[in-house]
Amino acid sequence: MTRRARLWVLTAGLLGTAALFAAACLRMPPFGGTWHPYGDRAVQAALLQRTANTVSSVNFDQRAFDTLGEESILFAAVLGTVVLLRRTSGERRVTPQPASVPPAVRRYAIAVLPLALLIGLYVVAHGQLSPGGGFQGGVVVATALHLLYVGVDYRALERVRPVGLYELADGVGEGAYVVLGAAGLLAGSAYLANILPLGTFNTLSSGGTVPLLNAAVGMEVASAVVVLLARFLAQALEIVDEKEEGRERGERRKRE
Amino acid sequence: MREALDDALVVASLLFVAAAATAAVLTRDPARQAVVLSLLGLGLALLFTVLQAPDVALSQLAVGSAVTPLMILLTVREVRRRKRRE
Repeated sequence: MTRRARLWVLTAGLLGTAALFAAACLRMPPFGGTWHPYGDRAVQAALLQRTANTVSSVNFDQRAFDTLGEESILFAAVLGTVVLLRRTSGERRVTPQPASVPPAVRRYAIAVLPLALLIGLYVVAHGQLSPGGGFQGGVVVATALHLLYVGVDYRALERVRPVGLYELADGVGEGAYVVLGAAGLLAGSAYLANILPLGTFNTLSSGGTVPLLNAAVGMEVASAVVVLLARFLAQALEIVDEKEEGRERGERRKRE
Repeated sequence: MREALDDALVVASLLFVAAAATAAVLTRDPARQAVVLSLLGLGLALLFTVLQAPDVALSQLAVGSAVTPLMILLTVREVRRRKRRE
């Protein structure tokens, strides 16, 4: 396609999107008003399913199939990263040197790590009750683990992070969501239908399958982020070209 | 009175997001850009909270101001090392 034709296609696309967007905005409820046609229905459905956090009810019950798609996108993206950032021929793995960390940073990281880990697990477990859920809590858990890299060094992080196990957990989390959906079919209802007893409203065990799906997503997301960052960290710290390694060693010797 | 306060908060966070986003575009050095992006993530999380979307705010905070800047910084480190070799 020539540059001119590309510009025409772009203009047509932009104009179409602008027209549809304007038409949609004209019929939207006014900003900050009290009339929320979709919100009211979602809240009503969430109350019927005894799920206190309406957003979780939408994500893991009313539209649980959409969430399966989103979870799979993250899974596929991490899989792609694992394939792309592997060690290739002509590259060698070196042991990273221990790094010195300012004592204040170390103290802060060590103090915050368990707290952040606990908050992450709390957010996963309370997805059906309060803001948050598997995705948010999973990312918090994964970033909490990386405080070890910030506060101590890469080797300390590696000791608590066997990447193989996290890769396994990533797959298990993704699979658990699919299997929980199939449970709906086995119970004689629809795929990802909320088939479990709904429990008492506003307690940890409420919402039927919502907390279980949250746990599956939490496991998947936490492991996915750990695996993702592990690949980036390995490229930046561990994997070197064989030629480059020789040169770096020479430079170090010269400096000394 | 309360509504005026709500509006003021929304406008203030919108302005902060606009300023941070412009700064992120104008910053040309990727390592500095990562820090500005982290600030932008914080601003967006604030905006979502003010607009009563705490679920989205939590996602934004975790991904936008922690994971993305870290990935950018690690990538910059690796690219610079490879460039030095050439």
